[in-house]
Amino acid sequence: MDITSRYLAVVPAYNESSTIERVIRSLRKYAPRYDVLVVDDGSTDDTGARARARGARTARHPFNLGIGGAMQTGFTFAKENGYDYMVQVDGDGQHQAREIAKLEAAIELDSDLDMVCGSRFIGADYRYPAPISRRTGIHVFAFLLTRIVRQPISDPTSGFRLFNRRAIALFARDYPHDYPEVEAVLLLHHHRLRMREVPVEMSERGGGVSSIRSGKSAYYMIKVLLALFVALARRRPIPEPGDAAPVVAEHGI
Amino acid sequence: MEPRVRLVAILASLALLLVVLELVRRRRLLERYALLWLFSAVALIALAAFQPLLIGIAELIGIEYPPSALFLIAFGFVLLLLLHFSVAVSRLADQSKILAQRVAIMEERLNRAGVEVPAEAASPAVPPGEPARYPERREAQGVR
Repeated sequence: MDITSRYLAVVPAYNESSTIERVIRSLRKYAPRYDVLVVDDGSTDDTGARARARGARTARHPFNLGIGGAMQTGFTFAKENGYDYMVQVDGDGQHQAREIAKLEAAIELDSDLDMVCGSRFIGADYRYPAPISRRTGIHVFAFLLTRIVRQPISDPTSGFRLFNRRAIALFARDYPHDYPEVEAVLLLHHHRLRMREVPVEMSERGGGVSSIRSGKSAYYMIKVLLALFVALARRRPIPEPGDAAPVVAEHGI
Repeated sequence: MEPRVRLVAILASLALLLVVLELVRRRRLLERYALLWLFSAVALIALAAFQPLLIGIAELIGIEYPPSALFLIAFGFVLLLLLHFSVAVSRLADQSKILAQRVAIMEERLNRAGVEVPAEAASPAVPPGEPARYPERREAQGVR
């Protein structure tokens, strides 16, 4: 990170019109060197219009793709516009812009890091307000991932993350679909990119509805577990540049 | 196999074959997806028409009542077709995801260049899960 580096904050938002302005405002205030890109994931409310009125760049999906698709739009945007660092800040106000400095500090300390994750579960403040069903899932994933990637992972579902150019390029090429954060850790590991976690504070959701509702926790867990095992079973999880894509658009349809 | 069962099986498979061919002719069905259908229909006709073949297969896999074997084989084709479509749908889903992302990034670029993209152009034309707004248009597209 130096004076010439360019920074992008990507805010994936799906029907977050009640919080999006606050998120943009606090990014401007606490992280002024970051350009803000709101990825409006096919919202049916005025999330996108509000973001644009606030002066944020806004990429709007014509229909809802889910958080994975929204983030990949962010990665592609960052890559194509030559950003050096990209931070993910959720549109619901859960991630606090003033905590971005903690993520940056980790990269300042160790410039080989490709991804820095904000974790709710290390450090003094361990009382994250989440329903028990969801916490259980988080800890199961944490337990599995810690053993698979052989480094401590405490909060694998946290979306509060800072990426460097290498991570941006990787995820622009391939980013998991539905509930991407857990798989992204594995993907990074398979590509021998480096990550670490730092303790951050998060607030309760400022509004809107989480993409993971409590009733869906079981489905979420099973789906991510399946994805984890599938990812493990693949000898080469992702195509390298020049390889055929796993899904190839055919000609002459 | 009783002649009536045999006749019904042959006629049904033949009808399937004709419907698939007609759909391909009208371009309602891409050849790429029709191939597996055509293969299934031809195989079923062959099995229903040539008794010794079906009886041979039934004996080979230990089925006493040959029409059951025909049923089993037809079921196998159905599973194969379903799998084929799941793969096709997955590919389409991935392609449409990439398109949506490209559109989003391009519209952002247009906006930045001062070209106003009307909000309606970007908004979901059909809310997810809702029926299409113009069902009659879909009908019209199919008929050439």
